[in-house]
Amino acid sequence: MSMLELRQVSKVYGQGAAEVHALRDVSVEVDAATMVAVMGPSGSGKSTLLTIAGSLEEPTCGQVLVAGNDLAAMSRNEKARLRRKSIGYVFQDFNLLPGLTAAENVALPLELDGVSSRKARQAGLAALDALGLADRASHYPDQLSGGERQRVAIARAVVGDRRLLLADEPSGALDSENSETVMRMIHAACKQGVAAVVVTHDAQLASWADRVIFIRDGRIVDQTAPAPGPESLLGQGR
Amino acid sequence: MSVRHALLALLSEGPKYGLQLREEFEAGTGEVWPLNIGQVYTTLQRLERDGLIESDDDDERDSPQKRFRITADGEHELAAWLRTPPDMSSPPRDELVIKVLVALRVPGTDVPEVIQAHRRYLVELMQQWTRIKDADAGRDVALGLAVDAELFRLDAVVRWLDAADGRIKRAAAEPPKAARDDLPRLRMRAGTAR
Repeated sequence: MSMLELRQVSKVYGQGAAEVHALRDVSVEVDAATMVAVMGPSGSGKSTLLTIAGSLEEPTCGQVLVAGNDLAAMSRNEKARLRRKSIGYVFQDFNLLPGLTAAENVALPLELDGVSSRKARQAGLAALDALGLADRASHYPDQLSGGERQRVAIARAVVGDRRLLLADEPSGALDSENSETVMRMIHAACKQGVAAVVVTHDAQLASWADRVIFIRDGRIVDQTAPAPGPESLLGQGR
Repeated sequence: MSVRHALLALLSEGPKYGLQLREEFEAGTGEVWPLNIGQVYTTLQRLERDGLIESDDDDERDSPQKRFRITADGEHELAAWLRTPPDMSSPPRDELVIKVLVALRVPGTDVPEVIQAHRRYLVELMQQWTRIKDADAGRDVALGLAVDAELFRLDAVVRWLDAADGRIKRAAAEPPKAARDDLPRLRMRAGTAR
């Protein structure tokens, strides 16, 4: 099932001489249990693609469907509800609230959505536990390492029943070992059924994805083919 | 990959049989560099000839029953090899670099499109290596190291392509500058001498 679909989406900022075409006629489909990476240089439009997919911005033209729902047909409140219930965001700078513990940060989106405090806290602890962070539940963000903060942010993004994970350079500020841990987590979430779009300029991160889309000057210019199995590499040299 | 020194390393742990050496070599490199048994015995013969290893008996046949052990000279050679940096001072003749340089000279060639074809191929290769790493889930340290080495190497090439893309785009937007003639040796080494 398609969790996210962009149909011929374009985004133009400014007018006249100052007009900037951030996206041009972009179509992407991301199924459940699939990770798609979007690779491109700075200014290529990859972050715009993500904010439009997450209903944080509206396209100039084209259609965006999340779990089959056309965003253009939804009211502002409906969109806000969809964002809270179905979409998880992961940013390069974690965006955790400093006054809340790890568990409270993870539980927050559920509480905002009207889930009782107790239930939200239970779900938050379960999400932290699943990511190997149970012993950090009562720590505040400034008591966590960068890698741990990003893992908490991922727990928050997948807590409850979120089926679409949107990540913008999720390991941009981390070393290679922590980056790998973060990508393993997003990959694991996808195996559990989550659809993920990861925007990055880093080929090592992108290589965790089932499909890599290449974007340049606002256009999708290429994408990877489904890869053969590992035997094609391990069999070499015999 | 130096099979010679890998075998010396395995023998530094204690005496071993030929077949055992092959199995341990493959396991130790995460099966990324498979060896055939012929390669193992040819290398063992040379190591024995050079006095770096010795066998248990005088039997000249290359039987799987023959046991090898490292000599003091062998241990010395191994220690010296581990600490000798491989020669990375001169750039290898890189076919990909040459293709991109040639693409710049061929009229009507869409160079970013040429670059993208190579980028896609490299990322597809990286996806395959990452799948191997993912399937292993960090259990086999040797496999993780070998796969990381490949990923970092391929990643460096992708980053070079990204940089090339940007450099070509900027150059196309700027008026051409006169080339400096005082860098001929560097040009020669980088393969861009005209």
